[in-house]
Amino acid sequence: MLSAWLGAVLSGILLGLLYGLAAIGLNLIWGVMNVINLSHGAFIALGMFSSYFMAKYLHLSPFIGVFLVLAMGVILGMVTYFVSLHKIISAPELSTLLATYSVSLVIIGLGTFIFTTNPRAIDIALGSVSVGGTVLPTTRILTGIFSVIFTLWLYYFLYKTWSGKAIRAVSMNRDAAELMGVNTTMALALAFGIGVALAMTAGALAATIFPFTILSGGGYELKSFVICVLGGLGSPLGALLGGLILGLIENLVTLKIATSYVPFLEFAILVFILIVKPTGLLARR
Amino acid sequence: MGKGKTLFWLIPLLLVIVAIPGVSGSVTAREGVFLILMYVTLAVSLNIILGYTGYVSFGHIVFYGIGGYVAFYLMIFHGVHLIPAMIAGGIGAALAAFALGEAVLRLRGAFFAIATIGVNEAVKALVNNLNFIGGAEGLFFNFSIYKTYGGAARAIWFSYYTMATVTVVTIVAAYLIKKSKFGLGLMAIREDEDAAIILGVNAKRYKSLAYAASAFFPGMVGAVFFFKAGNIEPHDAFHLMKSIEMIFMVMLGGYGNVTGAVTGALVYERLKGFLLVNPLFKNLHMAISGVILLLIVLFMPQGIIGFIRDKSKKLRELLE
Amino acid sequence: MILQVEDVTKTFGGLVALSDVTFQVEEGEILGIIGPNGAGKTTLFNAISGVFKIDKGKVTFKGKEITRLPPNQRARLGIARTHQIVKPLNDLTVVENVMVGACFGQGNASLAEARDKAMEVLEFVGLQEKWEVLAGKLNVPEKKRLEMARALASDPHLILLDEVLAGLNPMEVSSMLEVIKAIREKGITILMIEHLMHAIMNVSDRVMALVYGRKVSEGPPQEVANNPQVVEAYLGDPDLALKLFKDKRRRG
Repeated sequence: MLSAWLGAVLSGILLGLLYGLAAIGLNLIWGVMNVINLSHGAFIALGMFSSYFMAKYLHLSPFIGVFLVLAMGVILGMVTYFVSLHKIISAPELSTLLATYSVSLVIIGLGTFIFTTNPRAIDIALGSVSVGGTVLPTTRILTGIFSVIFTLWLYYFLYKTWSGKAIRAVSMNRDAAELMGVNTTMALALAFGIGVALAMTAGALAATIFPFTILSGGGYELKSFVICVLGGLGSPLGALLGGLILGLIENLVTLKIATSYVPFLEFAILVFILIVKPTGLLARR
Repeated sequence: MGKGKTLFWLIPLLLVIVAIPGVSGSVTAREGVFLILMYVTLAVSLNIILGYTGYVSFGHIVFYGIGGYVAFYLMIFHGVHLIPAMIAGGIGAALAAFALGEAVLRLRGAFFAIATIGVNEAVKALVNNLNFIGGAEGLFFNFSIYKTYGGAARAIWFSYYTMATVTVVTIVAAYLIKKSKFGLGLMAIREDEDAAIILGVNAKRYKSLAYAASAFFPGMVGAVFFFKAGNIEPHDAFHLMKSIEMIFMVMLGGYGNVTGAVTGALVYERLKGFLLVNPLFKNLHMAISGVILLLIVLFMPQGIIGFIRDKSKKLRELLE
Repeated sequence: MILQVEDVTKTFGGLVALSDVTFQVEEGEILGIIGPNGAGKTTLFNAISGVFKIDKGKVTFKGKEITRLPPNQRARLGIARTHQIVKPLNDLTVVENVMVGACFGQGNASLAEARDKAMEVLEFVGLQEKWEVLAGKLNVPEKKRLEMARALASDPHLILLDEVLAGLNPMEVSSMLEVIKAIREKGITILMIEHLMHAIMNVSDRVMALVYGRKVSEGPPQEVANNPQVVEAYLGDPDLALKLFKDKRRRG
């Protein structure tokens, strides 16, 4: 009995860290740009495919390839910003929601056309580790560790580097930042680029654990909404914490109630928190 | 504001379109027009909360699903006729929207949009678990149900004309709302909610009522659609993609006016039909829709009708 | 007495915006409110029109306590206001903007009545030629007139004017002052915030001065203007300030 609980807690934590990483990109873009990126899930799926093809054709371990995915993501995200968002960044929410959704349609549409929707999986066998009677696949442990690393990297970037500080300045007051000499356009583009890159990174890591299709990002996107309102906007650590809570809920609650109720529980939490405290449960504001 | 002349050409035009399959007896034409009618009704009703009031209901399809389930349940387990079941479906959806609205309409902007997505997903997940309405498998008609309507073939024609009636009623209702004091209040809320409240608009009540109205008609559409389909399941009834199609249609035609929503629905149906049939685009229809949507958002945010309306005052009166 | 404000206090975080403010407005008078920037003048208007809940105190309008009523119900009772930072309903036409006031304010007009009322009020404020223009397309002085028109169309008993003269040129100021006087002729009580000293001194029956959220003086315009506390609040040096005020009055 105890080991069942321990196992649930451990896999909940590891899964939660991955969820947290998956949500951080959405959180960053939402917090800095006040844009809800509805192409978030599509980019997560794109990350999965990038990792898959690197492993298949370049024989690159996903845990090394993930850094390439990160770099690619920044560039792809910045391009996406200039193509689809720059013109309407100050328009009402509907415009940015639809613009990012149309990006998602394009990615998923092309993805379905090129890759079909047959499930794929990365062929990786790294064995498993036994902790207190619970057997955990090594890929899961590595995924959890990498999630923490990327979160800490983002934290460092936002708080310790000039570009990161510029992004934070822009998120607090765009006009004031502009007056202080920050190139707000580049800061916004970079924020979007990093948001997208982190989404792709999360996808690349998730692909080592679960089989996937071009549509697989959707589930992570919806979970990311829940995580963002749990952890509050604009804080990388908040997102990680929100992810942990969600991962633990998923793994612990299913010991008592049917798994099929979990999505209901998650979305009920989402709506409830939005109504009670829209800035996020753990947010200071 | 004035009386306006829009309905005098719009409704007759619609009736002609509705009559075509009836006269020719063509089943293909009927299926096409049925789809158009459905899209028109969904777009025109969404426009009440989205276009008039300025609240982005991203998960609006939830009301179509709720209406469908309420009606389906009544028809299967209580032998209720389609018409009363459909009205019950509409009322169920409207009540759900009113109750929900009291809570979620306090949120503004993107938070409201996300909350409506959450509501749709929560309801879908809940219905997946409710065994008395079929859970994840959903519910199926026994074909004997169609006997009341003179057999399956006649039942489908019946549902076709029912849908046409719902469409006409929706357009007239949406138009009258826009031309009423209530509509003026909604548009004031859309432009500046705080200013509207200071001017005396009971924004809280008005928003809830607008939300209920914009849920009522999709509820009835859901009832008719699933009656015709013969089965209902959660994935189909609460498909988020359909929500976004509705928004797409409103944007395509033009935000805030009835003709815009109708035009958007017509163009969208034709476009989708073309992309799906054309061998060159068949597999790329989704990506192409995405590109078109992006182009509209970036370069023609007022939509087709909004664009034309801006050209002259005469056109403004004809295209409301 | 049409409006009674008793001990109204409002804080934002640690900042006291209004502190035990008490005053009354008589029916038909023009009460001017002066005070340096950040004195709590607009906050006072927000408290009267119900934009936020006050921490302490009581607001009574026409004998009815309205402290806890939402803004839309206060509007219905006959309190109308304009905003310092204009809030036009951009995508509606000028006449539709004014109709919103007529439909949902004290007048509670039907749509047809509202239209007539709106045209009448637009003529009164001199905006009749723009009736079909989208409100977002007006220039700032026109938007100020639109704010006035919207408030007036509601047939209010009390109208709160928040710096309607700010940013206008001398010509526009004098024509706006005519409009204000004409509003009073209609028997509508006016409470107005203004920075243009000579204007408010000319048009007000009484003046009240707020400094750091406190009422420091209230009475006939001359008296308040000469109150050393008021003068000091405006300019650090009382002597200099007094001289300036006198100069201004001689010229105006």
